[in-house]
Amino acid sequence: MADQIKVAYWPGCVSRGFTPELHGSMALVAQKLGIELVELDRANCSGAGVIAEHNQELADTLNARTFALAQQTGLSMMNICSTCQGAQSECQQRLDADSGYRAHINEVLSGQGLSYEKSADGSWNNKNFLWLLVEDYGLDRLAAQVKRPLSGLRVGPFYGCYIVRPKERLGYDSYPDRDIYLEKVIETLGGQIVEYDGARKCCGFPVITMNRETSLSQAGTHVGDAIDAGADCLVTPCPLCHLNLDMQQPEAAKVVNRDLGLAVLHLPQLVGLALGATPKELGMDKHIASTKWVQERLTAVPA
Amino acid sequence: MADYTIKVRRYQPESGEPAYWEEFNVELEPSLSVLDGLLQTKDRTDGSLAVRCSCRAAICGSCGMKINGQSGLGCKTQIGEAQALADKKAAAVGGASEGNVITIEPMGNQPVIKDLVTDMESTHWEKFRRVTPWLLPAGTPPEREYIVEPESMIDITQSMACIQCGACVSSCLSMEADPLFIGPAALAKAYRFVGDPRDAETSERLTDLAHDPHGIYDCTHCFSCIDACPKGVAPMDQIMRLRRKAGEAGIEDPNSGHSHEMAFVKIIEKKGTLDESMLLQESFAPGVLGKLMPTKRAIKEMIGSLPTAIRGIKTGKMRSLPKLIPGIHHKLPGGAQDEVKAIYKHAEAHNEEFNLYIKGEEGDEEAAVQEGLEPDAADYLPTGADKEASNG
Repeated sequence: MADQIKVAYWPGCVSRGFTPELHGSMALVAQKLGIELVELDRANCSGAGVIAEHNQELADTLNARTFALAQQTGLSMMNICSTCQGAQSECQQRLDADSGYRAHINEVLSGQGLSYEKSADGSWNNKNFLWLLVEDYGLDRLAAQVKRPLSGLRVGPFYGCYIVRPKERLGYDSYPDRDIYLEKVIETLGGQIVEYDGARKCCGFPVITMNRETSLSQAGTHVGDAIDAGADCLVTPCPLCHLNLDMQQPEAAKVVNRDLGLAVLHLPQLVGLALGATPKELGMDKHIASTKWVQERLTAVPA
Repeated sequence: MADYTIKVRRYQPESGEPAYWEEFNVELEPSLSVLDGLLQTKDRTDGSLAVRCSCRAAICGSCGMKINGQSGLGCKTQIGEAQALADKKAAAVGGASEGNVITIEPMGNQPVIKDLVTDMESTHWEKFRRVTPWLLPAGTPPEREYIVEPESMIDITQSMACIQCGACVSSCLSMEADPLFIGPAALAKAYRFVGDPRDAETSERLTDLAHDPHGIYDCTHCFSCIDACPKGVAPMDQIMRLRRKAGEAGIEDPNSGHSHEMAFVKIIEKKGTLDESMLLQESFAPGVLGKLMPTKRAIKEMIGSLPTAIRGIKTGKMRSLPKLIPGIHHKLPGGAQDEVKAIYKHAEAHNEEFNLYIKGEEGDEEAAVQEGLEPDAADYLPTGADKEASNG
């Protein structure tokens, strides 16, 4: 058995808000995979790019605080939200670029007994569950855990912008395949990859309050394209994408003027199904777009 | 030398036929460009293939195109790299890991004139003119040049690096959904004048761009333009700067972009994590006044969000009081909220922007010194492609 993985875990806001099934399914899947999660319950919102838009230094300091809390545990950090990944990577890039700027930010944190230290050798990092699963846990090890291969299940990947762009910031120099990890995971779990136009496009969520029509036409178009390509479901590592693709799906259907009705799974849910968890244990009954079809497509796990 | 197959999206309007794909074989060193491959095809196989190009050195901005679905310059993309990407994409979905065709298409979000030549006039340039892309100074112009401090111009050097190739427009996912969006190239140019100390119409420019329903608050923050830009302009970052400046100037917009931003910022100060119900309410009807006298749009949006909320309650997703009643969302535990507030107090007092394009990473600065440049001068040089150009 390979090394036990233990990480400082930042669940983000939405996984404990409007997508509670994500938080729950991650806990269950971590347990099944043997990943120990040390939850950062004192940490704050990543700002989702919105706080950085208002005041960059504020966003940098808030995320430096989260990093410092994670470093206090002596562990690397894991998140389950593409948007957190992107917003935090952006701040980390600036913090790591300049020791003077880092010292300036750490001055504020020192009053709280905290300090963010750049790890020159990359030994401390912050990875989305998707990255951790492929790079640290390993696909071979994952394959060995599969109890119910997702054979016959046609899955469309949906990444979320914040985890695929900009490449230069998100470690693609060292890990060039990060934009095809979902395909690798789907394949490892025994599922069938569905190719469609929207896999790396924007779900539209960031402008849902500002330009509802544009936002929902993006979500509706991608869901529609996936259906046309024969998908049984989508899978996403981003709860904000999930809000627009699942929670808003009936509204998006009105905007694109067609029937939708495609299940959208969170990444831990897809993994959990292959590990033998029941859809109910994974909170799949909490979705807006029905997940019944996914359940019907899957054969039961022998008792 | 290596053999490559390029698959080109072709279209000749005079033929009356729809667009079609055509494959060509080319023989090139892997370090040569995709544009070189197209020019070889034009030279040896089919002289009718239309492609726009001039400098072949990523300076003129003529050869914008989509290569394997990614927007960029044909002359700045090595054909060997394009092959590697085509192979990676095919292998990811179960195809062969080598020998795949390289797809080449005209830029997106623009009408096609012929083959790879798009009509930049009706999209790119029209939007470009929309932002008044010239200086509007106050008073009579000085007899000689304007005198400005170098420091006051550094902020706009990144947006000045634009070569008008249209790759960002081609990649823009907002424009794909809303063709009226002013778009990344024009908005980056808008910042070039908003940030110019000589310009006297900053406030009018910001108000105009914030009030346009397809203006600065129509960007979906997808980072596509950042990856597409061959010159490191990062148009999306310039759009975020425009939003920041508009916010600082207190400009409210009909899209509730600024009130959404402020609602988000204030909720995290009070609660540490996001209170989603509160965010929705405060974005549309901010403060006591917003609730006493809600705008027509606020009422419409709030009512419009009701079916979603009801569905959420039905499935159990939103079946808890803090999710339904704005404001009762818990704070961070054990004094952590006070730590967040202390951070706000500090950062909101000065709001420093650390622009990596201008300041560079510490390692880069050393590299500049090693190349014989004075450290002071290196501070004023943009990083990335343009730095290489200035050194060369």
